[in-house]
Amino acid sequence: MVSVPTVLVDEATVRSALAEVADPEIPAISIVDLGVVERVQVGDDAIHVELLPTFVGCPALDAIRQAVEARLAEFGRVVKVEFGYRVPWTTDRITERGRRSLTASGFAPPGDDTCPFCGSGNVATDNLFGPTQCRSVRYCRSCRQPFEAIKLL
Amino acid sequence: MTNAAAELVPATRNALSLLLLAMADDEFVIGFSDSEWTGIAPMLEEDVAMSSLAQDELGHAQALYRLLAEVVDDGRDADAIAYDRPVEGYYHARLLDHPRGDWAASICRRYLYDTADAVRLEALADSSFAPLRELVAKIRREERYHEMHMTAWLDRLASAGGEPRERLLAALDRLAPDAATVLAPLPNELSLVMAGIIDATGDELDARWRAKIGRVFERLNLSMVLPVADPLTARTNHSDAFRWLHGEFTAVRSAQPGATW
Repeated sequence: MVSVPTVLVDEATVRSALAEVADPEIPAISIVDLGVVERVQVGDDAIHVELLPTFVGCPALDAIRQAVEARLAEFGRVVKVEFGYRVPWTTDRITERGRRSLTASGFAPPGDDTCPFCGSGNVATDNLFGPTQCRSVRYCRSCRQPFEAIKLL
Repeated sequence: MTNAAAELVPATRNALSLLLLAMADDEFVIGFSDSEWTGIAPMLEEDVAMSSLAQDELGHAQALYRLLAEVVDDGRDADAIAYDRPVEGYYHARLLDHPRGDWAASICRRYLYDTADAVRLEALADSSFAPLRELVAKIRREERYHEMHMTAWLDRLASAGGEPRERLLAALDRLAPDAATVLAPLPNELSLVMAGIIDATGDELDARWRAKIGRVFERLNLSMVLPVADPLTARTNHSDAFRWLHGEFTAVRSAQPGATW
């Protein structure tokens, strides 16, 4: 592989590379659009990335760490990924583009009470809890589709 | 404001490790105990909900054990603290020593626990120990869902009359003597209050908890006879039910000590 000249690696380069890392539980959204990436610091020898867990016990953290390390490997520096609670992750951190990606893949974005399939507001909460910690289960009474919503946190 | 445990005087640091151990063991034991409902809850929705609640609690326990490992700094990591202690070394509240029981018992216990835990977390919201304050801010956002769900279930069982209410009353009778153990005063807790790590002593937290659940109990016509916990026994002398649970949750780790899974 051709190594990238080190002078060209800056925070923006690293952030755009991270925008290509998909969330392992909902691959339609990147970890950048999910709001998980907090600080990025690029040094001569190392790249430090601070990530915020969506849920404290999220089992996908190791997978995210590995995906970040793999994506940033081309920059030829040691990649140090750290998860922390210095800043709490909240659903407000999901970007507009992220919200659109969620809807397009059948998930109601946090705080959106409409059906991602038909747009109807006639929906019921079937279960506050769902198949992963960050999701709850809803049912659309108009198009009769069950769907999942991202919990408002 | 304190960022590292090394900045604390030894007495405060010891008291902090007991607080963290109590919180972590509480979350670990109720999380593990309630995970027994996975696959056998009364309905599919609750199977999913109880499993998700349990997963949240085990996540909180893991983060608390990690913080505890930093505070204690004796070479043990979070897993070693979580799994490598004998039954007598666990420091969870006696409320969590009860067996899972029937659905009403699990709901009743979880309601009593979640409400007490919420009071404890609120008392740590402005903690001078930054790592704990930050973690608590995160945990509280998740626990809100637990409390909401348990309050809805308590309401459902208490208001249903007939067998659901009878089972709930029977569970409350069994759990009542240990209900207040979660917030029982901890050793040297005054040093934590004076250092601004927690905003009140166990007695004050107990009063806040009673005020909080009193309104719900009154509305649902449930007995508020919940004896004040004895701090000396609130987190010791664990039951046979816990002894069994301990065997379950240590089985995999003790099968191959030191193995990486």
